[in-house]
Amino acid sequence: MKIPVVTQILKANDSVARENAVLFEERGVTLLNVMASPGAGKTSLILATAARLDEGLRPGVVEGDVASSIDADRIAEAGIPVVQINTGGNCHLDAPMLRSALEHLDLDALDLLFVENVGNLICPSNYRLGNDTAVVVASVPEGFDKPHKYPGIFAKADMILVNKWDLADVFDFDLDFFTRGVRMVNPEVPILPVSCRDGYGLDAWVSWLESRIPSPVPPGV
Amino acid sequence: MHELPATEGILRVALDAAQGAGGGRIREIDLVIGELTSMVDDSVQFYFDLLARGTPAEGALLRFHREPGELRCDGCGRTSAVRAPLPPSCPRCGDLRVRVTGGQAFRVDSIDLDPDPTPTPSTGVSA
Repeated sequence: MKIPVVTQILKANDSVARENAVLFEERGVTLLNVMASPGAGKTSLILATAARLDEGLRPGVVEGDVASSIDADRIAEAGIPVVQINTGGNCHLDAPMLRSALEHLDLDALDLLFVENVGNLICPSNYRLGNDTAVVVASVPEGFDKPHKYPGIFAKADMILVNKWDLADVFDFDLDFFTRGVRMVNPEVPILPVSCRDGYGLDAWVSWLESRIPSPVPPGV
Repeated sequence: MHELPATEGILRVALDAAQGAGGGRIREIDLVIGELTSMVDDSVQFYFDLLARGTPAEGALLRFHREPGELRCDGCGRTSAVRAPLPPSCPRCGDLRVRVTGGQAFRVDSIDLDPDPTPTPSTGVSA
């Protein structure tokens, strides 16, 4: 007996992601899913962004790594609330993992939650975590062909940052070729060159980010 | 490696569908997986055989229907079959205004179910 199903394979993840999204909306938290290769500069970007945020915006971080708490320690040293998830070999975070981590964070004390996904250009793109703003951090030394080789992750991005831009000349980085690869799968997404080392482009990135954070409702309204 | 959680998803979708149809043993699962999704058939089947043990889907045959990667050119209006890495421009006319229009599917289309034998309703004609 043949039974039609036509169901997305990742619906179990997506239904938890929807629950997470409701939670974030209730608590007024904007969720940023930061995805990149290992070494592209996800942790540096989070730290550089947090340092430039409007003073009224309170950041928090969930760190996803296969092992270790090296990144979480760097975040904690900067005085930012952080929870570490060790995936124990799993190559991405999913919505249930994020939900478990949230039990260790006071969401009422946060406006913006950075989730640093596991360094990987394939797997994280399939797993929504909540009402994600998806930020893909590419970097100059990885090469300008990455959107052509890993279209999936660039297709899901709401913002693409090209980090280590201070090295663009050294690596003959072809931003046009990079951009064409992105446009094939994501015609509208903004692409911003940045450098966490010398600060290039970070103001534009932070303005874009702050424009996506809803203003808090004043008390008594 | 990333096939493991994806395969858990396949199993869950199939078991839910079987239960919704009144239960039974799942003989086949039809999957549609895009060529651009980085999923390897053998790896999915390997994980499935392990995960399905002791469930109504144990021993089920996975049938992979591959959705080909497709690029559409806004210049010449034609489509081309592609695989990763994507070509930098339209393979037919060289125009740069191209976008991916196929190869990203990832779903269960149907299952083939061997229904549980339904108990014969009592006819009330027993002597």
